[in-house]
Amino acid sequence: MSAPPAARPAVSAENAPNPVRQLASRVGTMCLVELQKLRHDRTELVTRAIQPALWLLVFGETFTRIRAIPTGSTPYLDYLAPGILAQSALFVAIFFGIQIIWERDAGVLAKLLVTPTPRAALVTGKAFAAGVRALAQAVIVLVLAALLGVALTANPLKLLGVAAALVLGSAFFCCLSITIAGLVLSRERLMGIGQAITMPLFFASNALYPVDIMPTWLRVLNHVNPLSYEVDAVRGLLIGTPSRLALDFGVLVLAAVVAIAVASALLGRLTR
Amino acid sequence: MTDDLPAVRCTGLRYAFGDNVAVDGVDLTVRPGEVFGLLGPNGAGKTTTIRLITTLLRAPSGVVQVFGVDVARHRMAVRRMVGYVPQQLSADSALTGRENVALFARLFDVPRGQRRVRVDESLAMVGLGDAADRLAGTYSGGMIRRLELAQALVNAPRLLILDEPTIGLDPVARASVWRRIGEVREQTGMTVLVTTHYMDEADQFCDRIALMHRGRLRALGTPAELKANLGRESTLDDVFRVITGDDLESGGGIRDVRAARRTARRLG
Ligand SMILES: Nc1ncnc2c1ncn2[C@@H]1O[C@H](COP(=O)(O)OP(=O)(O)OP(=O)(O)O)[C@@H](O)[C@H]1O
Ligand SMILES: [Mg+2]
Repeated sequence: MSAPPAARPAVSAENAPNPVRQLASRVGTMCLVELQKLRHDRTELVTRAIQPALWLLVFGETFTRIRAIPTGSTPYLDYLAPGILAQSALFVAIFFGIQIIWERDAGVLAKLLVTPTPRAALVTGKAFAAGVRALAQAVIVLVLAALLGVALTANPLKLLGVAAALVLGSAFFCCLSITIAGLVLSRERLMGIGQAITMPLFFASNALYPVDIMPTWLRVLNHVNPLSYEVDAVRGLLIGTPSRLALDFGVLVLAAVVAIAVASALLGRLTR
Repeated sequence: MTDDLPAVRCTGLRYAFGDNVAVDGVDLTVRPGEVFGLLGPNGAGKTTTIRLITTLLRAPSGVVQVFGVDVARHRMAVRRMVGYVPQQLSADSALTGRENVALFARLFDVPRGQRRVRVDESLAMVGLGDAADRLAGTYSGGMIRRLELAQALVNAPRLLILDEPTIGLDPVARASVWRRIGEVREQTGMTVLVTTHYMDEADQFCDRIALMHRGRLRALGTPAELKANLGRESTLDDVFRVITGDDLESGGGIRDVRAARRTARRLG
């Protein structure tokens, strides 16, 4: 029998890019989608700015005045701002895992996985998209901090470093959240766990107080918590406190890569 | 030539969720260029079969080929030939229609220079040219379905797979979705594999039909053949009833019905 030939062959069959270019293309695509969503709905950006604003205004101002937390020559508000910056990025990133369960339920994930996109590329794309959204959030928090008189660096290279640290941290926490999604498989359970881990991650870090005043057990947690390295890098670059940038970025890169790998391996469980 | 290869060939296809055998030894051939309807009650295994063909699930036993390409061995190559619209309404409501389609143009590596034209063409093909720059969240159920069709078409797939494209739509929207499918097929000659619960649609729009029940194919043929087998004056509804028999009540579990309702509700 004779079938009518396809009027136009699937062009992309001949345009299969090499893996590196494909990965870059997918990451770019997911980030672009995130920017498009941001453009259409800016209310989330505002509602998500309320909490960090309260932390800076209420907690920051108060503790600066009573000098309860020893931060040396750095005013407490300045010390706190990078911590709050990292915290707001953390919340944004954790939300991405919840979003992927929604995408699973809505069939979006299945459709994405039927495109020529390896799972690792999809997860990497999501991780960096989380970074994009976290950065948009960070700009608002930074403006707030500047308005409150925090002495921020104006060095563009250092600001770029801040952005890099925030993106890497967000990529890690986004993938952590996707990993948990792949384990618990339901939105309700993930929301519960998400809420249960974000505050401990925050408190078991150097976001609010220096490591020196932590009890030993908290120091141990602080040591294995990528958020602490993110905060250390951001604080060093933004405020100029002493920090171990090489170690911070090393840990952040490693954590992000491992988390992407684990999340990619578990992604299949979501579509089964 | 590749045109003689079957669009889909499943041999001894099997898949189980735990103890629940969803697809139980399916042999199936979809000819190039035809509209092939996969019918069956809730829980028959239609969606699972489709997920096996689209590389979403890996079959522990059995072989699936899409235009001669083994799905298990060449997943990416198969994905480049397939356009897929899942059972749920899967457009992103936070993006415009155009952005939804452009996203898939990028994910299918449509070259940058052709992207704009291809996106516009796909949107026009499903009659969404005017609504393209509105958020998909403001679309009606029928428009979302047509948007998903455009997303699947932007790569000019050789095989279009639609899982209940008209579920939960009103009669006008249903007719419109089918008209678009018909037009696309006329223009491109692509093969269409579709599932539906509506016998009238299958009768009217499918070249051949397979009736599935409890993971197995129970009947196969053109709508006319299936009806003729049962005797004169019979309808596809009758064929469906005879084949699924009394155990239709126990066929679709609550889970299946609930899933179907959820899709319908999202359309509301
Ligand atoms: N993810 C899953 N986990 C466990 N069981 C599943 C899963 N998906 C489907 N099943 C089971 O597999 C069987 C076949 O389901 P499938 O979704 O393929 O049916 P269907 O023919 O598409 O039904 P419907 O018309 O309701 O969409 C059913 O018994 C269903 O409960
Ligand atoms: Mg189904």
